Amino acid sequence: MNGRFGIHGGQYIPETLMNAVTELAAAYAAAQADPGFTAELDALLRDYAGRPSRLYYAARLTAALGGAQVFLKREDLNHTGSHKINNVLGQTLLAQRMGKTRVIAETGAGQHGVATATAAALLGLDCEVFMGCEDIERQALNVYRMELLGAQVHPVTSGTGTLKDAVNETMREWTRRVADTHYVLGSVMGPHPFPTMVRDFQAVIGREARVQILEQAGRLPAAVIACVGGGSNAMGLFYPFVDDPTVALIGCEAAGAGVETPRTAATIATGALGVFHGMKSYFCQDDVGQIAPVYSISAGLDYPGIGPEHAFLHDTGRATYVPVTDDAAVDAFEFLARTEGIIPAIESAHAVAYAREYVPALSPDESVIICLSGRGDKDVAAIARYRGREMEG
Amino acid sequence: MGTERLRQAFTNKAFIAFITGGDPSLEATRRYIGVLQRAGAALIEIGIPFSDPIAEGEVIQTASARALAAGTTPTRLLELVETVRREDGITVPLAFMTYLNPVFHAGYDAFLGAAARAGVDALIIPDLPYEEHGELRGAATRAGVALISMVAPTSLARTRQIARDAQGFIYLVSSLGVTGVRSEITTDIAPIVAAIRAETEVPVAVGFGISTPAQARAMAAQADGVIVGSAIVRLIAEHGEAADDAIAAFVGELAGALR
Repeated sequence: MNGRFGIHGGQYIPETLMNAVTELAAAYAAAQADPGFTAELDALLRDYAGRPSRLYYAARLTAALGGAQVFLKREDLNHTGSHKINNVLGQTLLAQRMGKTRVIAETGAGQHGVATATAAALLGLDCEVFMGCEDIERQALNVYRMELLGAQVHPVTSGTGTLKDAVNETMREWTRRVADTHYVLGSVMGPHPFPTMVRDFQAVIGREARVQILEQAGRLPAAVIACVGGGSNAMGLFYPFVDDPTVALIGCEAAGAGVETPRTAATIATGALGVFHGMKSYFCQDDVGQIAPVYSISAGLDYPGIGPEHAFLHDTGRATYVPVTDDAAVDAFEFLARTEGIIPAIESAHAVAYAREYVPALSPDESVIICLSGRGDKDVAAIARYRGREMEG
Repeated sequence: MGTERLRQAFTNKAFIAFITGGDPSLEATRRYIGVLQRAGAALIEIGIPFSDPIAEGEVIQTASARALAAGTTPTRLLELVETVRREDGITVPLAFMTYLNPVFHAGYDAFLGAAARAGVDALIIPDLPYEEHGELRGAATRAGVALISMVAPTSLARTRQIARDAQGFIYLVSSLGVTGVRSEITTDIAPIVAAIRAETEVPVAVGFGISTPAQARAMAAQADGVIVGSAIVRLIAEHGEAADDAIAAFVGELAGALR
């Protein structure tokens, strides 16, 4: 079976793309076995992206919550400001190795689009990014950033004009022009080999964090906590801890206005098993299997599905997925800014929000790691609007 | 029933028509199925609209959105097929074309059983490639509905394997990209058809991008039939509830070009 996680995963894509994903899986396997590829990627991660990212003991946050010691995995300090660069450097190097001269990508919040445009500039690849028109409005700064990096940004007007529609359009573009083009998928989703490959590229987060926490706290954490849209920063953090049974793996989904309302993007909480975007997994959908129009304040979590490995970790009970509302995430966004002087991405703020509920019940000799998957500069204007302040530009 | 009806459709070069079910209304779809049969369609594909049709171009995307907005569901289209079989004298084979999620959601055996009882002969799922056919094939076989395999210009070495296991007919995708009218089809389909013919007698129908009598004739000369979708759906977008004459004239001309 191709890329299965329990019953999840697979390759549910148009015939036109099958050869491309088969070639990709083979090229990825060959690259993994090639020390030259790994060395080149490691060098870029170190010298260009700024890895390893810090594991920062947040003393004031710890004191404020009054429970376990809180450590922040600072993916926000990576070049381009989020964890997305880890995956993108891996995939663009691979694309180059496969002889591809052009990359395409979907983006929600713009973080993945910016990272892809950055890596494309670095490696001399043509880059086109598909972004929902709704998100283009929410993340105007990132659109300009991508253009500055030499990428062409295509607004997607179909459907709800958000991340799901951007993925649809990028897949359509890939079927139009597949020979010279690699689709840099931004999360642990899509057809095999993407969920496995993206998880492997992101697992550097968890590998570093595991070593760092053992050094700094002297023992494994009680829990690792990350936000989940498709789920790439969470999967990257979780994966090296999967075989540590004492470490709770907690994914924070975007509940939007609340899981009891239709204005939500919490897939595990409100979705059902289905097949979409190349994979079998859980999806928000209606009673006849139409994909639901989802909502979250966070453009990066505003997605109706979840990566197949997360679906599997949910099925087995190894990981827990909790819904976090817009309100809680915005509160956490402001709380972390004031407490630690760190403005997190609104996506990452979902993880901080759940930690505020979870951490106080733990004892001070325990620790938790929160993945700060990205920085919040891009969100400042939207949060101001949410609080009723209109900002210029 | 299904297999025999499909075989008969390919006695001569087959003109296959696609329309999106429920666009602009179920009543219109019912009439248009009759128009298509009378105008010479040897097989009719009815699209069950899906919210996110990733293999479709803009014409069928917007048709799907119109059909969904009009309240079209898989159940209503099953009822529609039953009605046209019972009351409208529709004898040509009928295929459902949809994406996997609505079928998965209904349950494979339940959906295919209901489809067969209604009078559906074949099922085409663009996001279910050959490698994933296994999970649906058992239910299709039990129901007696042909699960159609697609072959694309990029299928290359996989073409023969797909052909060996094909049933009903093979849907040969004429060119890269999504559905939609193309001014020119540059793929040389002859070697692909030859590779298929080396493995199977199952007929080959060519689709994607065909909209003119000349294109239809050229493709049919190398295969067993042609599939025309977006060009018909575009007429429906233009004429709405009153597309009968436009469809009859257009399909009559294209079907005539194959004789």
